[in-house]
Amino acid sequence: MSNLIEGFLGKSVEGKKSRIPAKLDYWQSATGLFLALFMWGHMFFVSSILVSKDFMYSVTKMFEGVSFIDGGNPFIVSVAVAIVLTIIIIHAVLGMRKFPANYRQYRAFRTHMKMMEHEDTTLWFIQAFTGFAMFFLASAHLFIMLTKPETIGPFGSADRMITDWMWPIYLLLLLAVEFHGSIGLYRLSVKWGWFEGSDAKVTRANLKKVKWAITAFFLILGLTTLAAYMKIGLEHRDHAGQRFQPTAMIIQHANSIIYSKNQNIDMNTETPFRALVARNFSGIHFQGKGV
Amino acid sequence: MGRMITIKALKYNPNSKVSRAHFAEYQLEETDGMTLFVALSKIREELDHDLSFDFVCRAGICGSCGMMVNGTPKLACRTLTRDYENGVIQLMPMPAFKLIKDLSVNTGEWMEGMSKRVESWVHTNEVPDFTKLEKPIDPQVAEDTFELDRCVECGICVAACGTKLMRPDFVGAVGLNRVARFRMDPHDNRTDEDFYELIGDDDGIFGCMSLLACEDNCPKHLPLQSKIAYMRRKLVALR
Repeated sequence: MSNLIEGFLGKSVEGKKSRIPAKLDYWQSATGLFLALFMWGHMFFVSSILVSKDFMYSVTKMFEGVSFIDGGNPFIVSVAVAIVLTIIIIHAVLGMRKFPANYRQYRAFRTHMKMMEHEDTTLWFIQAFTGFAMFFLASAHLFIMLTKPETIGPFGSADRMITDWMWPIYLLLLLAVEFHGSIGLYRLSVKWGWFEGSDAKVTRANLKKVKWAITAFFLILGLTTLAAYMKIGLEHRDHAGQRFQPTAMIIQHANSIIYSKNQNIDMNTETPFRALVARNFSGIHFQGKGV
Repeated sequence: MGRMITIKALKYNPNSKVSRAHFAEYQLEETDGMTLFVALSKIREELDHDLSFDFVCRAGICGSCGMMVNGTPKLACRTLTRDYENGVIQLMPMPAFKLIKDLSVNTGEWMEGMSKRVESWVHTNEVPDFTKLEKPIDPQVAEDTFELDRCVECGICVAACGTKLMRPDFVGAVGLNRVARFRMDPHDNRTDEDFYELIGDDDGIFGCMSLLACEDNCPKHLPLQSKIAYMRRKLVALR
């Protein structure tokens, strides 16, 4: 009953204001902080491809829980994606409250922004615009990750860029994430007064510099990483869909073949190394004695 | 002889049925240390007797002469024409306030409403006893309170605020600063619960999007960013 009255009057039966707006403001910031920090980690993991395909593969397997499940299980990734997607939806709902809600508000803000040319005001518009773009861009990415987590890997992810034609979306998503995230972290700091110290103005100027440095760093890292996946995707185009076999596994596999074939070498009658090579690599011809 | 400058001022009378909004252009010679107040007074004396604008103190104290100077809200009396290198200055009235005519807006009416809304006076149950000495106040607390009391209600923080322009009911930095001022003042017995009732909604502290044009344009350099963040932290922490 009190909900009905509160909803109708906009205040509680005792005539008090709702605490919900405070909670909405808090959770908008909290979910934003989580997502921004998550995206830092995400970018580092994704950019593991710049080290090597094997390294990226091992990072992928790590998230599939290979350390406690034999061979790993991609379902773990799906669960993580579902959690992140839920947080994104909550953040989007809360962030939407700040968007211009009609043409009058949009026109008033845009005119003001262009007229005043105030950096933080313009940055807010970029933040709102990229946030809106991510409703669609992030959803496309996350739905694939949710339903096909097993395709994440050096070849699978690269094929997604080229063969599945996802690179334009990922390019836009990268730009949106990096601008939205770094502006958002800066805004969180000034909004709640973090790191304020004795001189808030000096702190803010420094925070702004850090913000731009973070944007530049993650954009360069992100674009390089995207280029790396696209290069692999182009090279792997003819074998699209084929999964990556880590080098360690190929060597292990080769070793087991060599071992099984060579168990019956008679050490007394044959030169062991010559016999080993001859049995396994029949196309190789040796010249001279004592090889 | 000083250089010639061009002042373009928006002319419009919302109370006239025949008035059409347009920019009127005035050419005048710049003098040493010329402020916009001096320039506008010269224009009104010599070029256009019909141009409306507000001034009282001419020294950045009364807060009457706020206007949009090349798109940014400023006190005209503290704005030097020589700071505009190309010598072209566009003047518009401050948005968010009721337009009276040309560059003149009614900030007073809005500020009165804001003061009532945030109950901008000391709330106390103590009955003063004039026969005794006043209770001492920590000098630092007094200084911090007076620091926020330097607001001249010029309306620049309101005119600079993109949030306010989108959402006319937003209380603005001046209102939030006022609440912070009374929260610091030990004479005021109000609790955070009481302040929540005044600004604890999306038209108050939680509507602020931290665009910080208020902080960047305040002619009194009030610590608006810090004080808004402070009030936000205090009111979010309430159970």
